[in-house]
Amino acid sequence: MTLFRRSEFIIACILFAAMIIIGLINPAFWSLDNLFGLLRSNVIIGIMALGVLVVMISGGIDVSFTAFAAAAMYLTIKLMIYMGYEGVFLPFVAATLIGLFLGAFNAFFIHTFRMIPLIVTLGTGSVVRGLLLGLVGTSVINIDKMPQQLIAFAKTDLVSLTSATGTNFGLTAMILIYLGLALVTHLFLRYTMAGRSIFALGGAPEAASRVGFNTRRTLFFVYCFAGALAGFAGLLHGSMIWLANPRDFAGLELDVIAAVVLGGASIFGGRGSVTGTLLGVFMLVMVKNSLIIMKVDTTWQRVVVGLIIIVATALTAWRDRKKLV
Amino acid sequence: MQNSSFAKRIFGQDRNILQLLVITVLVFALMSYLNPDKFLRYYNFESITYIMPELGILAIAMMIAMLTGGIDLSVVGIANLAGILAGVFFHSVIVGTSQSTGMVLLYTGIGVLMALAIGLLAGVLNGFLISKLRITPILATLGTGQIFTGLAVVLTGGPAIVGFPDAWNFIGNGKILGIATPFILFVIVAGAVAVLLTRTTLGVNLMLIGTNPRAAIFAGLRKDRMIFYSYMMTGLLAAIAGIILSGRTNAAKSDYGASYLLQAILIAVLGGTNPAGGKGRVLGVSIALIALMLLSSGFQILRFSNHLIDFIWGGFLLLVIALNAFRNSDR
Repeated sequence: MTLFRRSEFIIACILFAAMIIIGLINPAFWSLDNLFGLLRSNVIIGIMALGVLVVMISGGIDVSFTAFAAAAMYLTIKLMIYMGYEGVFLPFVAATLIGLFLGAFNAFFIHTFRMIPLIVTLGTGSVVRGLLLGLVGTSVINIDKMPQQLIAFAKTDLVSLTSATGTNFGLTAMILIYLGLALVTHLFLRYTMAGRSIFALGGAPEAASRVGFNTRRTLFFVYCFAGALAGFAGLLHGSMIWLANPRDFAGLELDVIAAVVLGGASIFGGRGSVTGTLLGVFMLVMVKNSLIIMKVDTTWQRVVVGLIIIVATALTAWRDRKKLV
Repeated sequence: MQNSSFAKRIFGQDRNILQLLVITVLVFALMSYLNPDKFLRYYNFESITYIMPELGILAIAMMIAMLTGGIDLSVVGIANLAGILAGVFFHSVIVGTSQSTGMVLLYTGIGVLMALAIGLLAGVLNGFLISKLRITPILATLGTGQIFTGLAVVLTGGPAIVGFPDAWNFIGNGKILGIATPFILFVIVAGAVAVLLTRTTLGVNLMLIGTNPRAAIFAGLRKDRMIFYSYMMTGLLAAIAGIILSGRTNAAKSDYGASYLLQAILIAVLGGTNPAGGKGRVLGVSIALIALMLLSSGFQILRFSNHLIDFIWGGFLLLVIALNAFRNSDR
């Protein structure tokens, strides 16, 4: 396949064109302040998108991960406050494990009862969110109660600059975590047998099991991976915005799925790449954030996200089109 | 002899309806046992007949989309948009002027037609994206759902629209011969859809397409056109649900009924609809609806928080999935 026919190349071109157009409408787009802000907004959606990408390559879909992220964030921070624990590493391990465990729950239902992933994950998402809000609590944990070490960790900047008006801004170091996870996911999908088994399962489940892949193990891995990344991203989100709100992330699953589809992944499975997803996430975040810069009323945000989903899926549907059925 | 054949015709060959009836009776007995004096009151059942129809119509809409192996995630968006559009229309023509009853009735009629038209239009858009552009139903309706909800936000700017005419509220709150108007509407809609699905070419075609899309095409069925019609129907039903919802609450807002999506899917699946296509009956969905309304009103009387009721709905969905899997594994 030549460079020009690859979907990543097409997405990159569209992205580039969009950046030029937005820059023309408002040159403030190109300010470092704005660009650093954009990259920062990529981190959480991006980490979640990596998980959704892997699920989609396997031919499934997950709409429960936002509930898992909220649960992992809220439970971990509650526990830290309760135990008076000050630290960074262990809480992230805990949040990741909570997400992983909940993801295993998804995989169990999908595999054991052979049920459509969309319906299973709608159910598990509602169960987890309902339990979290109904039993654990609905109150927001504010900055004065948040573990200070977490906040300090998420405040780490790669570059710190002072703008002309005297305010400080910087590029968050969390972007390195995101890119690191992306690289690991990329290498895993491309160069390991387990990674290839996900593509095989998504391309043709029957064939995958005939050639000897353990489809059950692959399925469990995929949903656990998505859950673990969501749990990790959840706690990171809380640390970055300095508060833990158990109602957070509601509706974010649509944005994440839109970004992954925009990045060229096919909902039928077997197709998708980390590079495409990175570009898709950047595109979605950029368009949403730039509406304000372009002086479009924010009430139009959802319409724009919807249009992006439709256009992106129409393009991939056209690419994947088949005769008759 | 005649009785048993009649029963067979109503219940169908599958034991699904019977299982549903058992679940309904169990839920009823459990709730009556847990709080006999509050649950077993006429008032409680009457209020169920007001709340049930909007959800029931959404569930039937969801079932129609599932018949061909699809799904419609935009139904709640369509319902809200329909109610809001009518609300905006009423505000522009009625508020501030005192008009005769005849004019108000006329305007209400126009409002109903507008709401239905927007539902039909939304369905046409979904149908076009799914059957012509071949976008997967999940993603197509996910996107259009965002667009419909987004347009609703744009139209209202966020807050709820209040102040619908009395005739409009009658649709959601009124009584005809002592029976709730929305309930009567629900029975009419359910009956019409049942006839459409079992007694017309369209309905039979939809079932066949859902059972085996490839075979349906080779047999000469116009698959694309039938799927297109089914999403138009779904959109129209969603708009009817929207009219009832805004009539009952005398308000319309872009994020009303957000939890209805999960509930509509749950009721459709519990009612024996196969999300992979080919199977689904209005009777099953209706019984599932009654069972779940009893369940949720019972828990509300027990003062469970809404979040825990969400949890129970989700848990019930997973339970039903497991039950259906075990039942099907016998064959």
